[in-house]
Amino acid sequence: MPPRRVLAAMSGGVDSAVAAARAHEAGHDVTGIHLALSRNPQSYRSGARGCCTIEDANDARRAADVIGIPFYVWDLSERFHEDVVEDFLDEYAAGRTPNPCLRCNERIKFAAVLDRALALGFDAVVTGHYATVRETADGVELHRAEDMAKDQSYVLGVLTQEQLAHALFPLGGTAKPEVRAEAARRGLLVADKPDSHDICFVADGDTGGWLAEKLRESGREVDSGGDLVDADGSVLGHHEGSWRYTVGQRRGLRIGTPAPDGRPRYVLDISPVSGTVTVGSREELRVDGLTATRPRWCGAAPSGPVECTVQLRAHGGELRAVVHARGDEVDVELLDPAEGIAPGQAVVVYVGSRVLGSATIAQTRRAA
Amino acid sequence: MSVYLDHAATTPLFPEAAAAMTAELTRVGNASSLHASGRAARRVVEESRERIAGALGCRPGEVVFTSGGTESDNLAVKGLYWARHHDDPRRVRVLSTPVEHHAVLDALAWLGEVGAEVELVPVDAQGRLDLDAFAATLEADPGSVALASVMWANNEVGTVQPVGEALALARAHGVPLHTDAVQALGQLPLDFAASGVDALTVTSHKAGGPHGVGALLVRRELAPTPLLHGGGQERDVRSGTLDVPAIAGFAVATELAVARQEQLALSLERLATRLRDGVRRQVPDAVAHGDLVPGPDHRLPGSVHLSFPGCEGDSLLMLLDARGIECSTGSACDAGVPQPSHVMRAMGHDEATARSSLRFSLGHTSTEADVDAVLDAIGPAVERARRASLAMRPVAG
Repeated sequence: MPPRRVLAAMSGGVDSAVAAARAHEAGHDVTGIHLALSRNPQSYRSGARGCCTIEDANDARRAADVIGIPFYVWDLSERFHEDVVEDFLDEYAAGRTPNPCLRCNERIKFAAVLDRALALGFDAVVTGHYATVRETADGVELHRAEDMAKDQSYVLGVLTQEQLAHALFPLGGTAKPEVRAEAARRGLLVADKPDSHDICFVADGDTGGWLAEKLRESGREVDSGGDLVDADGSVLGHHEGSWRYTVGQRRGLRIGTPAPDGRPRYVLDISPVSGTVTVGSREELRVDGLTATRPRWCGAAPSGPVECTVQLRAHGGELRAVVHARGDEVDVELLDPAEGIAPGQAVVVYVGSRVLGSATIAQTRRAA
Repeated sequence: MSVYLDHAATTPLFPEAAAAMTAELTRVGNASSLHASGRAARRVVEESRERIAGALGCRPGEVVFTSGGTESDNLAVKGLYWARHHDDPRRVRVLSTPVEHHAVLDALAWLGEVGAEVELVPVDAQGRLDLDAFAATLEADPGSVALASVMWANNEVGTVQPVGEALALARAHGVPLHTDAVQALGQLPLDFAASGVDALTVTSHKAGGPHGVGALLVRRELAPTPLLHGGGQERDVRSGTLDVPAIAGFAVATELAVARQEQLALSLERLATRLRDGVRRQVPDAVAHGDLVPGPDHRLPGSVHLSFPGCEGDSLLMLLDARGIECSTGSACDAGVPQPSHVMRAMGHDEATARSSLRFSLGHTSTEADVDAVLDAIGPAVERARRASLAMRPVAG
């Protein structure tokens, strides 16, 4: 690739620091930016947990110093709040379980940031995601990373051709331990910094507590409690808000009476309007199909049924499936049945290592 | 080669100041020690104090060395509040303006949290204190006012405050007045005794001296309560071993800055006017802020503050930086995130206008070539920054 003017999004973590360093070493003209995503940075101060604390901004700045590139902080807090946090709250209020990282990639990193970068004269955005972009005669393709354990193509499955054409993922061919070793070799002080796993805007990792506060503050109409019922409608207990639950959840149900068979029970369904949370056995969690909406294809939408694999959650496995794209709706027949699939999560469609696209799970079909 | 137009942030060290510092750096001696080395260090400190006093029109005993502008402002605001409140507990009010530097505003905000009543008197569209409002606020209950603090010249938009008029009002009621004159030193005529103020903040690095040293000029009859307790090195008002090399450099810089002020102001006025007018020719809808009338009662000669409708100041700064042109958005950062300027907001501008601003501040190394470089770069930069702002608008859904 010829040298280009690129913008490296630097979270303050080791991956984005090494990605920026590699882009710089490859001869690109790199400018580092840290995205300030919180409207009140102090409130997200939480050490290494989040991705937008003051310490993280300083870590990113120090990495840029070591690499020898200019560095700025971009305030994306309003956009992030509108496009990611509000969406997150809406989804929970509607009984679904969203993935905010996908939304952030779709609407912030490869939309707001990329658009601003292009307008300012940059050619591409560099991130530390573990995924690979391949240029072919027919356009660009997104592929899984070499290191399947770190592969992040799932959270990039929302990106279009246009977005991917301006994306650089220098870590796609490298395993995480090598990235840490390289960071140490390059003198980047974040080499040993722990990976972030939590939702960056939930500072203490207590998503339930955070949701309780924000749903109330924002005046969204959500139930403040309701019945826990079994598939027959028998009331087994009560809960303090259906939005506290995720399909497939087992822990924290606090049901007094044990199931007749003595086996654990799981959340099967959430009805935010009635405030009813339905629970049942592990068998009842099994689904063999689903429908999804808001498809985002990396290229043209597939015509006719596609034999492929799908991934249904961020760290989920690959399942064989047949996918039918029908306009704004996608139907997925699962050849390998799945368990505990939560509406709101993304289904990402793969052929081999290649990402075809993604859609948001709307409904699942229980296995017969 | 960078085009440095951020002298209001810090200005290059005068070579003469560097030489004076270098001479002191390798000498041993604590200015508080009683032996020969200590006396030698003390002599440098006291000669420096006399030189600064001579240059700034005060008595040597009125110079309290500090670590810089922020400490001087804190010492004046908190120290004088505490002292005056201690003398008479009814004194709980502090009057100031909403366009002060954060070293004053945040010190006031903290005092507000621990019992003081802070009243920020409004400014006009140029950022100048509304004297009628100041008088009315003061006279509402003069006996309850501990202190007033009004900056000499604003660091963002360059507007000079009516410090003399504010002082006359305060003095009529026995209220001491502090002024932050950090930006004025070297750019405007500055004379402590002639000004009549009770306390005045200066810092070395804005005037061609080193970082990390400054002074609060404070009348002998006022005894601000210390912020730092310890050896009582400075009049028992400020403790801490004195930084002899920095103080030596500060003294040389202050003398030079004052000696060269008139000439520099003329040259900066010309360069700044050319820059301001030139930018507005390149970008016809750019708006200049602050008092635009030249002269020491109106504005800092080297200050050019402009807003660019439809742009983010951030984007402009970054684009100019990439061309080697160094300026500022004029606003403070909160956790590294640029905040809309409180000065622009206080002058009545909306957040978008506040965010669309750039501050170019010229100083003793500025040249015609620096101005040319900006005029060359600003048009395309504004065009790009506008496109970037459009790209950043939220997408619905």
